[in-house]
Amino acid sequence: MKYLGLLWAGLFRRRTRTVLTLASIAIAFLLFALLRSIIDGFLGGVQLVGADRLIVSPRYSIVDPLPLGHQQRIRSVPGVVEVTIANWFGGTYQDPQNFFPKHPVEPRAYFAMYSELIIAPEQLAAFENTRSGTVVPRQLAERFGWKIGDRIPIEADIWPKASGDRLWEFDVVGIYDGPPDEAAPDTMLINFAYFDEARQFANGTVGWFIVRVADPDTAGDVARNIDALFANSTNETRTSTEAEFQAAFLKQIGDIGLIMSGILGAVFFTILLLTGNTMAQAFRERIPEVAVLKTLGFSNVTVLGLMLGEAILLSLVAALIGMGIAVLMAPGIAKGIATILPGFGIAPQTLLAGLGLAVLLGVVTGIYPAVQGMRLTIVEALRKN
Amino acid sequence: MNIFSQIFQITLMNLRTLPQRWSSSLVIVVGVAGVVAVLVALLSMAQGFANTLQRTGHPDRAIVLRGGANGELSSVLSINQANIVASFPGIARRDGQALLSPELYLIADVPKRETGSPANLTLRGVTSIGAPLRPELRITQGRMFEPGKAELIAGRGAADQFAGLDLGAEIRLRDARMKVVGIFSADGGGHESELWMDLPVVQDLFRGPGVLSSFRVQLQSAASYPEFAAAIKADKRLDMEATDEPTYFTRQSESLSRLIQGFGYAVAVIMGIGAMFAALNTMYSAVSARTREIATLRAIGFGGAPVVTSVIVESMALALLGGVLGGAIAWLMFNGATVSTLNNASFSQVAFDFAVSPELITRGILLALLLGLVGGLLPAWRAARLPVTTALRAE
Repeated sequence: MKYLGLLWAGLFRRRTRTVLTLASIAIAFLLFALLRSIIDGFLGGVQLVGADRLIVSPRYSIVDPLPLGHQQRIRSVPGVVEVTIANWFGGTYQDPQNFFPKHPVEPRAYFAMYSELIIAPEQLAAFENTRSGTVVPRQLAERFGWKIGDRIPIEADIWPKASGDRLWEFDVVGIYDGPPDEAAPDTMLINFAYFDEARQFANGTVGWFIVRVADPDTAGDVARNIDALFANSTNETRTSTEAEFQAAFLKQIGDIGLIMSGILGAVFFTILLLTGNTMAQAFRERIPEVAVLKTLGFSNVTVLGLMLGEAILLSLVAALIGMGIAVLMAPGIAKGIATILPGFGIAPQTLLAGLGLAVLLGVVTGIYPAVQGMRLTIVEALRKN
Repeated sequence: MNIFSQIFQITLMNLRTLPQRWSSSLVIVVGVAGVVAVLVALLSMAQGFANTLQRTGHPDRAIVLRGGANGELSSVLSINQANIVASFPGIARRDGQALLSPELYLIADVPKRETGSPANLTLRGVTSIGAPLRPELRITQGRMFEPGKAELIAGRGAADQFAGLDLGAEIRLRDARMKVVGIFSADGGGHESELWMDLPVVQDLFRGPGVLSSFRVQLQSAASYPEFAAAIKADKRLDMEATDEPTYFTRQSESLSRLIQGFGYAVAVIMGIGAMFAALNTMYSAVSARTREIATLRAIGFGGAPVVTSVIVESMALALLGGVLGGAIAWLMFNGATVSTLNNASFSQVAFDFAVSPELITRGILLALLLGLVGGLLPAWRAARLPVTTALRAE
C-alpha cells in the first residue's frame, strides 16, 4: 500500500498516453460486461431451475401434445411429490415484435411448484377464481404499462376458440416477481382450465408436465421410471431435469453462441496487443528511472512488484470505469432490447469475472517489462540514457 | 514549392520512416483490423441468413395459411379447403389441374452431427406436385422418394448438419424407419434445411389422414397475386390468408437478421471507439517522436497544412491497412462457412452460409478510414501548433 503513490505517479508520467490507454481498456471491459450479459441472456441465462424439478415432454418433439391423463399416472410413480401442467399458447399481443411466452397453467399448483416466484396470496386466489384471469411478471407489466384490472387482447396463432374466433381477452388479476438476483421471469400465465375448455381442438392435452421429486439425488431414477410408464404407447415421454431440458433447447441456438463468444475473445486479444505494446513502450522510456530506483536501494523484487503493480493498477482502474459505465447503461439497454432479450441485466458474477480478467490482463501485459526491469543492472541502465 | 508539392513531399517522407516506428504503428493496424473483422463477420452472418430465406421465395408463388398463423407450424388446414382454393382466379393450371400443393409441416427432434444434441428438424410432406412446383429443387444424389414408401429426401443443409442423414442410411422418425434415398439442393434456399417425404406417409406417422399445414400455389404470374389473395380473403367459408413467398420469407428472417445486424453494429461502434483511443495514442507518440523533425521542416518554410495532412495520411494509411487485413481475416475465416441455428419464426433449424460480400468489406474499410481520420486529427493539430523554437530544443 505504501507504494500506491509511487505507482500512481508512474502511471501519470505521460498523462495523455495513460488516459488514452485507460480509455481503450475501459472500452474493452465495457464491451465485456455487455456482451457477456447478452450471451448469458441467450445461452446461460437459465431461468428458474430447480434441482428437484423434472420436465416431462413428448418423446419425439416438443410440439406434440400429451394426454392430460398422464398427470395421474406420473403422480403414482414413487419419489414424485407433485405434478403440474403447462402448455404453449403462442399468440400475438398487438404486434408480432412484442414477443413473450404465454403459458396456460393450473394457478395454485404452478405457484406451489415454482415456490421461488413471489405473488400476493389474494392475487393468487383471484387468479384461481377468475376464468379469464392472467398474472403477469413485473417486467412485462412495466414494459406495456399493464395494471391490475386491465384487459389484454391476444390474437391466437395456434389456438383459435371453438367458435373460430381468434381473439382471446385476459384480465390482469395479479403481478408476480421472480427471486431477486436471478433473471426476471418473462411468462404471462393464464388459466389452463379456461384455455382447455375454450380452444377449438386438442382439448384434454397438455404441452408438458412439471414434476417435483422428493430427493434430487434419485431424480435420474424417477425420470427413467416415468418414461418406462409410457414406453411403447402412442404418447411416449422424455423426462429430463429442468437444467438438462433448458440446456438442450439452448444448444439449438448452436454455433451462433460460439461465434459471439469468439468475438469476445477477438476483442480481448486486440486490446491485449494494444496495451502490451503501450506498456512496453512506456517501460523503454523509463529505464533510467528504474536505475535510479535501484540506486536508491529498491530491491530487484520490489522493482518487479512496482512495474507489475503499475500494469495491474492500470487495468483494474480501467476495468472499474468500463464496467461502471456498463452498469449505468444497463437499464437503458434492457429497455431497448426488451423485445428480443427480455430481462437483460448485468449479473454480479459477470463483474467479478471482469475484475479477475483485469488482474490477468495486468499480469500478462506487465510481466515482460517487469522481468526486464528486475534483471536490469544499474550501470547498464544509467549508461542507456 | 506550392502547397500540394509540400504535402506530397512531407507525406512521402513520413511514410518512408514508418518501418522505423513499426511496433507502435502496428497498434493501429491490429486495433482497426479487429474492429473490421468483427463487424464484417457479424454482418455477413446476418446477410447469409437473410439470403438463404429470401432465396426460398419466388414472387410468382404464394403460401396459404390459416388466418392468424405466423408460420406453417401454427397453421392447420384440411384437404377439403384445398378444393375450394384450387378454383380461385390467379392460380396457374396445367392440363386443367390447378398447381396447388397441399403440404404438412412438422418438426422432429434429430441429433445434430456436431453436438449430438437433438434439434428441431423440419419434415415436409408433399404430394407429387410439391417438387415440380419448385423448379429450383434438384436431386443432386440418389433419387426422388416413391409415393407410399418409407423413404425421404434430405436437403443439402439438413444432411450436412444432422446426424445419420447420409444417402442410403436409415433414420428413425417416431416408430418408423425411413430410408434416405436422395439429397437435394434448392438454390441455396431454406428448403435445403428440410426433409421431404410423401404426404400420406407423414400424415400416417404423425397427425392422421387429411391434416395439412399449408398450400403452396403457383400463380399465373407475380401480377396475379393480388387477385388471388383478395379471393381468399373474401371467401367467408375460409379463415385463411395468402402471402406471396418473398414477403413471407422476409418476415421469417427479419427478426433474427435484424438482431444480428444490430448486435454487429453496436459491438463495432464501441470497439471502434476503443481502437480510436489506441490510434490516438500511437499518433501522439509518433508526433512526439518526430517533434524535432517537424520543427525543422517548419523552420525551413514548410506550412502547417502539409504537416497536418501528413499525420492524417499516415494514420489513415495504417487504418486502411488494418481495414483490409480485418476484411481479409473475416473473408478467410468465415466466407462460405455453414452454420445452423434455431429460427424462432419457424421454430426449426435453418442452415446457412456466411456471405462476406465485397459490399460488406467496403463498409468495413470505410469504418476503418473513419477511425484513422479521427485518430489522426488531434495529434496532427498538436503537431502543427508546436512552437518551432521550443520544439527544436526537444531531445
